[in-house]
Amino acid sequence: MKIGAPKERAQGEARVALTPESAQHIQKLGHTCVIESGAGLAAGFDDAAYRDAGVEIVEGADALWSTAEVVIKVREPSEEEVGYLREGQTLIAFFWPAQNEALLERCKATGATVIAMDMVPRISRAQKMDALSSTANIAGYRAVIEAGNQFGRFFTGQVTAAGKVPPAKVLVVGAGVAGLAAIGTATSLGAVVRAFDVRPEVAEQIESMGAEFLFLDFEDSQDGSGTGGYAAPSSPEFREKQLALFREQAPEVDIVITTALIPGKPAPKLWLEDMVHAMKPGSVIVDLAAEKGGNCDLTVPDQRIVTDNGVIVVGYTDFPSRMATQASLLYATNIRHMLTDLTPEKDGVIVHDMEDDVIRGATVTHQGEITFPPPPPKVKAIGQSAPKEKPKEPTPEEKKAAEHAAFLAQTKRQVGMLVAGGAVMGLLGLVAPASFMQHFIVFVLACFVGFQVIWNVSHSLHTPLMAVTNAISGIIVLGAVLQVGSGSFLVGLLAGISVLIATINIVGGFLVTRRMLAMFQKS
Amino acid sequence: MLSQGLVSAAAVAASVLFILSLGGLSNQEKAKRAVWYGIVGMGLAVVFTMFGPNVGGYWWMIPMMVIGAGIGVYLAKKVDMTEMPQLVAALHSFVGLAAVFIGFNADLERRRVMAAQLAGDVSERFSAFAALVAEKTPAELTFLQVEVVLGVFIGAVTFTGSVIAFGKLAGKVDGKPRQLPGGHLLNAAAAIVSLLLAIAYLNGAGFWTLLLLALLAFFIGYHLIMGIGGADMPVVVSMLNSYSGWAAAAIGFTLSNDLLIVTGALVGSSGAILSYIMCKAMNRNFVNVILGGFGGSKGPAAEIEGEQVAIDTSGVASALNEADSVIIVPGYGMAVAQAQNAVSELTRKLRAAGKTVRFGIHPVAGRLPGHMNVLLAEAKVPYDIVLEMDEINDDFAETDVVIVIGSNDIVNPAAEEDPNSPIAGMPVLKVWEAKNVFVCKRGQGTGYSGIENPLFFKENTRMLYGDAKSSIDALLPMVD
Repeated sequence: MKIGAPKERAQGEARVALTPESAQHIQKLGHTCVIESGAGLAAGFDDAAYRDAGVEIVEGADALWSTAEVVIKVREPSEEEVGYLREGQTLIAFFWPAQNEALLERCKATGATVIAMDMVPRISRAQKMDALSSTANIAGYRAVIEAGNQFGRFFTGQVTAAGKVPPAKVLVVGAGVAGLAAIGTATSLGAVVRAFDVRPEVAEQIESMGAEFLFLDFEDSQDGSGTGGYAAPSSPEFREKQLALFREQAPEVDIVITTALIPGKPAPKLWLEDMVHAMKPGSVIVDLAAEKGGNCDLTVPDQRIVTDNGVIVVGYTDFPSRMATQASLLYATNIRHMLTDLTPEKDGVIVHDMEDDVIRGATVTHQGEITFPPPPPKVKAIGQSAPKEKPKEPTPEEKKAAEHAAFLAQTKRQVGMLVAGGAVMGLLGLVAPASFMQHFIVFVLACFVGFQVIWNVSHSLHTPLMAVTNAISGIIVLGAVLQVGSGSFLVGLLAGISVLIATINIVGGFLVTRRMLAMFQKS
Repeated sequence: MLSQGLVSAAAVAASVLFILSLGGLSNQEKAKRAVWYGIVGMGLAVVFTMFGPNVGGYWWMIPMMVIGAGIGVYLAKKVDMTEMPQLVAALHSFVGLAAVFIGFNADLERRRVMAAQLAGDVSERFSAFAALVAEKTPAELTFLQVEVVLGVFIGAVTFTGSVIAFGKLAGKVDGKPRQLPGGHLLNAAAAIVSLLLAIAYLNGAGFWTLLLLALLAFFIGYHLIMGIGGADMPVVVSMLNSYSGWAAAAIGFTLSNDLLIVTGALVGSSGAILSYIMCKAMNRNFVNVILGGFGGSKGPAAEIEGEQVAIDTSGVASALNEADSVIIVPGYGMAVAQAQNAVSELTRKLRAAGKTVRFGIHPVAGRLPGHMNVLLAEAKVPYDIVLEMDEINDDFAETDVVIVIGSNDIVNPAAEEDPNSPIAGMPVLKVWEAKNVFVCKRGQGTGYSGIENPLFFKENTRMLYGDAKSSIDALLPMVD
């Protein structure tokens, strides 16, 4: 199949869906690649780089759309681009079908298949094509860099000859992929990072990235696992508590990065005007939710504004495009993985398997039908976290009773064994001669000593233990020594062989033990 | 010629020294001294017994000792540490065979003495063991026969069992469980016939009963161990260790020699405890291991979701370069690939870079109790960073990188998570709690137990396919 990537026509979009690197991988699947001339320029890939990777270059969108059987793009198609779509063609791009119903209808009418990269289900197998996560990751990183650009101080605390510099305090609201990436970036720049999320189960992830989780003590907190790992709107009481927590933080923090989004809804307002006014002059707010209306009251999408009290509010919506090279590399890789799944035989033939959870989930139109919304995937996104049951703390009385019962049971067992053992001894004593019983005492005592001694042997010395017990079990040589002087030839011969092999055992066993023990070195 | 009193004194000293020598193994530094106690004890016992009363035949005994010592020295010098399991098994077989021969001898001597006594020939001077037998009462003689039967039977099982164990460990015999048609019924039948033979022998039947009994015991030893698979070898070797001790003790009774009894009992209980520890580490009981095969599962195994994601050495290297704490979990695969020196070199480099590197050892890792410890010690890994499962299991959650080298079942989360798994309840190393787990493995197969390992499908697990040694060697230059 011919896979083609047109130049993005949307305003300010610098990304491209095909990179020279991904093109090479796609060609290994048996496909050929074409690209519109100049498509990768804004992302740092010129035509020559593509040509070196074996990609055919065509002039103009018209030519590209008419040659390519599969078109890969970043943004959803414009009116003009939908016009190029034809029956049997496949389009892979971000599509946002829930918001773009009219566009969806038009695409359906063309008979083309549309795969929406934003609809890839969140299951483990599909992580490698999860373009939302890779985009969010870049946004989170870039948000911190952007904040650093606007912020007039160091991130890291320093003690210099010219005085002490306190570290910047960063608050990240919403610990999704973008939030976690922002936490990671901010901590590695040396800032003190705090983070908040409505889903308490992400506390561990936040702490693992080196930030402090702002804990909100609330009864009915959310469990994100049922919603595919995304947050859901919270109750008014919860919201009040949450805002109180933020109000407390506002005067302290220097940088706020908000990333709170609820799928299919406008962004929740979390950073209110009074909080902005409570912040120190020179503080920075980066609102990653600006496209969806913003988490901050004062956010103006696509603009940087300065409030009356000198707080900078950044509302850019094109963070991924501001890092077009990185974003294109990751997005192209996501696309490439999607194509790998679409080409199961690696023979350049696209098999659109609507039974496959991932392909089914991402497909929004297919063979003249709208296939959105998809049925719920067969595999749960995230394992339902089992409600944790607290083991009941036993009362002192119960504890005592349990201990007593255990003691009784143990006593019973021990007494039983002693009685049984005693009975066996008694029976043996009835028949056995006195000389045997004397040896038997020695035997039983030696067994006891053996058990006591061996339990103390360190696990790491079990091999030397085996070797040394091996050597000393060669003591059987004494038996042979006592017999070897017998008058009978046969007895002498057998005893002689026994002496020989038992000696091998003794000498070999001890020497090899010594060799092993000498190897154990302390650091 | 030393008096009997002196010989007994030496025996007391030797017993004490043997106990000290085993007790000293509680710690690595003490152990280096303790092994000398054992050597001195053995020297005392052998020399005093040799020159004690009623011993002769030096012209024949001493050359045998010299040859035996020579072979022993050669074996001990030559053996590779990865071959320790084989060596231990081979040495067990010697004790077993010696016990059989000495048991035969005891019976032959008894017959000779009794024949002489019946003939009324009291003038003949018996030497060595025969002199002792001549003084025994009829009741004591019956007991002597019982002891002979026990000594020969246990000795014979130990002998063939150890030979087969040696063959399996050395790869000369197929490691898979193999049994003749009839399975354990065959063993049971052989045991019953042995019992009948023993009764016949006690009632005065000829020497052939003892010989036949030994042959049957040889068969039982062979067939029993043939039916046990490779990874159960730690239990088998410990069990044979124990048997060799009991055989020595039985011979001690036969010869009325307390030193043999004490030593046999010490060795026997040592092996028994080791077998117990090994069984516990696999959450199986002893009978189950010896009868072979894992217990059947109690229901369908839990479905495994996800896929095994492979990674190359450069990916592992960069994770290692970023990590602060690393735990390495070695298994039998490391021994097979002879990767311990490469692992040691990796450890040295990582430690030089200021990272915390530790080893987590499962009790049944390898083919011999403590096998991994010895291999790592040989490769000069300091023993204080080599920890037991119980010591390290809680630390995985705070660990950045875990490298699993050639182990499978001992890191299988199914043991904890899936109550239907055949290994459910077996204590395992919780490697999956770490941030990243790299599994160094030859291919996508299952482990010894044949169970799929959900660890390989976890999101924080990456598979590094290939031979362990070449993988680690390739990793070395990339780690700084």
